[in-house]
Amino acid sequence: MDSPKRNEPRSKLFEDRGVDRRDFIRVCTMAAVAVGLPASVGVKWAEAAAKGLKPSVIWLHFQECTGCTESLLRTSHPALAELILDLVSLDYHETLFAAAGYQIEDALKSAMAANAGKYICVVEGAIPTKDKGIYCKIGGRTAIDILNDVAGKAGAIIAIGSCASFGGIPAADPNPTGATGAPQILAGKTVVTLPGCPANPYNFLGTALQYATFGTLPALDDKGRPRFAYGRVIHEDCPRRPHFDAGQFVQQFGDEGHRNGWCLYKMGCKGPVTHANCSLQPFCEVPGAWPIGIGHPCFGCTEQATAFRIPLHTTVEIEHPTPPDTYPPIKADHGRISPVAAGVGGLIAGALVGAGVVASRKLAAEAEKEE
Amino acid sequence: MPVDRRKLIKGLAVAGAATAAAGVANAKIRPRKTVPTDAVGMLYDATRCIGCKTCVVACKQANDMPPDSASTGGLYDAPIDLNSKTKNIIKQYQDGEKQSYMKAQCMHCVDPSCVNACMMGSLAKRENGIVTWHGERCTGCRYCGIACPYGVPKYEFEKSFPRVIKCEMCSHRIAKGQIPACCEVCPRQAVIYGKYSGLVADAKKRLADFPDRYFPKVFGLEDGGGTQVLYLSKAGISFENLGLPDLGSDPVPELQQTIQHGIYQGFVAPVALFAVFGAVMWRNRRAQEKAGEVKP
Amino acid sequence: MSAHDRHEAVAGPIWTPFFKVVALIVGITVVLMARRFTLGLGSSTALSDGYPWGLWIAFDVVTGTALGCGGYAMALLVYIFNRGKYHPMVRPALLTSALGYTTAAVAIHLDVGRPLYLYKIPVSPMWWNLNSALLEVAVCVMTYIVVLWLEISPAFFEKWERGPDGFFKKLANTFHPIIDKIMVPLMALGLLLPTMHQSSLGALMLLGGKKVHGLWHTPLLPGLYLLSCVGMGYAVVAFESILSSRTYKRPRETRMLASLAGVTGWVVLIFSGIRLVDIVLRGKAALIFQPTIQSLFFLVEMAAFVVGGLMLVMPAFRNTAAGQFQSAMLVIFAGTLYRIDTYLVAYNPGPNWHYFPSVPEMLITVGVIGLEILAYVVIVKTFPILRGATPAQAAS
Repeated sequence: MDSPKRNEPRSKLFEDRGVDRRDFIRVCTMAAVAVGLPASVGVKWAEAAAKGLKPSVIWLHFQECTGCTESLLRTSHPALAELILDLVSLDYHETLFAAAGYQIEDALKSAMAANAGKYICVVEGAIPTKDKGIYCKIGGRTAIDILNDVAGKAGAIIAIGSCASFGGIPAADPNPTGATGAPQILAGKTVVTLPGCPANPYNFLGTALQYATFGTLPALDDKGRPRFAYGRVIHEDCPRRPHFDAGQFVQQFGDEGHRNGWCLYKMGCKGPVTHANCSLQPFCEVPGAWPIGIGHPCFGCTEQATAFRIPLHTTVEIEHPTPPDTYPPIKADHGRISPVAAGVGGLIAGALVGAGVVASRKLAAEAEKEE
Repeated sequence: MPVDRRKLIKGLAVAGAATAAAGVANAKIRPRKTVPTDAVGMLYDATRCIGCKTCVVACKQANDMPPDSASTGGLYDAPIDLNSKTKNIIKQYQDGEKQSYMKAQCMHCVDPSCVNACMMGSLAKRENGIVTWHGERCTGCRYCGIACPYGVPKYEFEKSFPRVIKCEMCSHRIAKGQIPACCEVCPRQAVIYGKYSGLVADAKKRLADFPDRYFPKVFGLEDGGGTQVLYLSKAGISFENLGLPDLGSDPVPELQQTIQHGIYQGFVAPVALFAVFGAVMWRNRRAQEKAGEVKP
Repeated sequence: MSAHDRHEAVAGPIWTPFFKVVALIVGITVVLMARRFTLGLGSSTALSDGYPWGLWIAFDVVTGTALGCGGYAMALLVYIFNRGKYHPMVRPALLTSALGYTTAAVAIHLDVGRPLYLYKIPVSPMWWNLNSALLEVAVCVMTYIVVLWLEISPAFFEKWERGPDGFFKKLANTFHPIIDKIMVPLMALGLLLPTMHQSSLGALMLLGGKKVHGLWHTPLLPGLYLLSCVGMGYAVVAFESILSSRTYKRPRETRMLASLAGVTGWVVLIFSGIRLVDIVLRGKAALIFQPTIQSLFFLVEMAAFVVGGLMLVMPAFRNTAAGQFQSAMLVIFAGTLYRIDTYLVAYNPGPNWHYFPSVPEMLITVGVIGLEILAYVVIVKTFPILRGATPAQAAS
C-alpha cells in the first residue's frame, strides 16, 4: 500500500475508505480505554489524527515472523486497520512499504533526521548476538548496529512481541544464533516491552498513543511491561476461573469437561504464571480468539521462563493459592488418633503395671521368707 | 519447748482466715472490665454474607500469611479451620434447609482470657481494645490456647521458632489510618469496622427494624464478659449452630482471677505462711538443741 | 547424732547392667530431643491447636512435680509437725524432689515453643502479668529448684569436706556454714513455695472453663491439687524407700513407713471425701453415671484413691512392705491419673479434636525419667544421701 502523505485531509480518507467518523472515534476511544486512559483522551486522539498531527513511528524488523505486525492489521474490518495505522505516521516499515532497497533506507535516514529525539522506535523480532550478530543483516548492517543506531536517537523505544522483549522463539534452546531481546542489547535504556506471541495490538496502540499525546510512558514493571496490560496473570481474570475454583478440570481433550468449557489447568495451562490481559482485551476485536477461548491451555507466550521452555502440557505451580469453591463445616474434623501411638502407649503402660505387680509380688515373697 | 500442734494449727488458722477475709473482700471489690472509651470493633451480619471468601484472601495478603495448600496438592488455599496459616476463615453451617456462612476470627474480648493467662504480657489489650501478640517475650507456653473459650490462638507447631497466630484486627493497618482488610474488601458490607458504640447501635437497630430476618440477639454484648466483635445471625439459626459457645455473662477469667487474687492479694498470705513456717521451725529447732538432740 | 553419721553413699559401681540399659535408652531419646529442638514441636509430638498441652505438660511437669513433693511432705511432717523420728527420710526425699523438679524443668524446656526465652521470666519482673497463674507456677518452681538444691547441698559438702584438697573442698568449707545458718528460712521457703505452686497448678485449669469436664472443674481445684500432692509426696517417699532399701541392700524402714502410711491414708481419704462432696454440692453427681470416657476415668481415679487410702490406714496392709508398696503405687497412680485427667481426659475443646501422644513424645518422656534415674543413681552412690547401711546407724 502507498504510505499515506502526512498532510492529506482526513475527511477525504474517511470518505475514501467508507468509514464513518463515529466508528473512527469509537476505535480511538477503545484504544484509550484499553490502556486505562479516560475515553475523552480517545476523542483527543481522533481530533489530533484528523488534524494530521501524528507521532512518527520507525518500525524495525529483525528475527521475526511478522506476526505482531499482522496482529496489528487483523481487525474485523480491513478499512479500520488502515485507520489504526493512520493514527500514527508510520515512517518506516519493511512489511507495509512498497519501497525497497536504497529507497527505503533513504526513507529511514530522513525519518530519523526529521524526528530525531521524538520518534517512537518499535522493534519487532529478536536480535542475534552470536558471531557479532551476522545472522540478521539488513542493508549490510547487523541487527545490533541498526538497533543501536535507530534506538539511540528515539524518543521512546517499544519492543513489540516476545521475540523483541526477551528473545522469543528464536531464543528457544539451543538458541544457535544467540538470539536475545531489545532490552538486553539496549542495556541502560528504558525499553517498553510488550511480550506476547503475538502481542495484543491494543497494548501497543495504547502505549504509543499515550506517548504521542502526553509524552509519557505508562507505568512499567521491572521487565519494562506496562502494568495496565501485564500487571495480573491470566489465572486472575480467566473466564474459566470458576471451574478451577470448583475443581472442574478437563482431563483429556474432547472429554465431557472439555466440551463444557472446564478449566484447562490439568492440561498444562500456564495461566497461573503468565502475565497478560488476553481474556480482558480481545485480540483484533474478536472475543474468544485466544488459546483458552478456543479450548487449548495457555502456553505462557509472554513469559521468558515459560514460553518455548516449559512443555505445552506440563502443569505449573499456583503461586498464590486462593480458597476453592467449598466451605469447611463449623466443626471440622481434625484427624484421628494414631493407632501405632496408641499401641506403643499401651505397651509402655502395660510394662509399668506389669513391673509394679512383679515388684510387689517379690516384696511379698521376701517378706514371707524373712518371717 | 517445741511448738505443739495446737499452737501451730491456731497460727495456720489465723493466717488462713486473714487470707480468706482479704480474698473475699477483694473479690467483692474487684471491678469488672468495661469496654474502653476508644473501643473499635467489627460487626458481622451473617444475613448479608454471601460466602465469597474475599475477606479470607485479603486477610492472607494483608498479614503476609502463607496459603494452607498442602492438602490440595498446592492448588488451593483450603484451611478447614483457623490455624497457624489462617487468621480469618469462612465456614458454613448447614442443616437441611437452614444454611448460613460464619466468619471466624479473634473476638477481641472485653476481658480476654488469653491476656489474663499470658505470663509475660505478650498478649495485650491495646487502648482501642484490640488484642495483639508480641513475640519478644513469648516463651511459647500456649496457655492462651487453653484459656480462650473460642479456640482462637493458634500455634506454629510446625516451626522451630514458633509464633502465636491470631487475628489482630489489622492493627498495623489501623495505625496507618486504614481499616481491617476483611472489612475493606467485603462486597456486601457483611463485616464492617467502626467504633464499638456505633456498631452496637447499628446491630440493635437491625434487630429492631427487621425482627423476622434475624436471630433475636446480638452476640458479644455480654457473652463471656463481652466481645468487641459482634455477631448477628439468621432467624432460626442460633449462635451455637455457628460455633459460638454459650458463655453466660460472667467474664471468662473472673473465676480464676477471683480465686487467685483472693489467695495472693497483696502477697499477705504467702508472707504470713512463710512467717508461720519459719517461726515454728525455729522454735522446734531451739527446743531440740536444748534437749541435746541436734548440734546447734 | 549428727546428720552425716546417719547417711552414707551407697557402695558399688555406678555402671551396673541396669544403669547401662537406662543410659542406652536415654541416649536414644536424646537424639529424639535434639530432633524436637531443631525441627519443632510438630515433628515430635501430637500436639495440636485443639490440644496445645499434652503428655509433657500433664505428666512430665504437672505430675512430675507432684511426684517430687516428697521433700515438701517430709519437711512438713518433720519440721512443722515435729515428727523427728522421720528425720532420716528427709534427705533422700529432698534428693528425689530436687531431681524431680529439675527433670520437670527439662521437660518445660522441651515443651515450650521458645525455650531460649525462658530466661526472660526471672530477669524481667517488669513484664510479669500478675493475673497469670502460670507465671506464679513458673517463678515459684524456678525458685524452688534453687532452694531444693541448696537444701540438699549439705550432702555434697559433707563428702567434699572429707575429700582431698582442691576446689570442691574449698567450696564446701566456704558454703557449708553459710547454708547451715540460713537453713531455717531456706526450709521455710521450701515449705511455702510448693504450697503456692502446687495449688496454682490446680488453678491453671480453672481458666479452661467449659472445656474442662464438670467432674474436674471446681473452684476447689487449688486445694484439691495441694492435698493430693501431699498424699503423693508421702507415697513417693515410701515407694523410693522400699525400692532403694531392696536395691542397695539397706534395712527396710518398714515401721517408719507404717506410721507414715497412716498420715498418707488420711490425707488421701480426706481428699477423696472433699472431692466427692464438692461434686454433689455443685450438682454434677449425675455426670458420674453417664456412659462416657470421662466418667470411666473418674471412677478408676476415685477407686484408686479410695482403695489406696483404705489400704494405708488399715493395719493389715500398712504394716507389711508389700502392702505399703502396693498402696503407695495406688496413690501414685491415682494422683497421676487425677492430673492427666484434669489436663487431658477432662479437657474437651470440641468434638472434632483428638489427642494421644505420639511415639517420639512418649519416648522422650521415658528418656526424661531415665535421665532422672541415672542422676539419682550417680548421686546416691557418690554422696551420703541414703540412710547408713550398718544396723547401728540404721537403728537411730
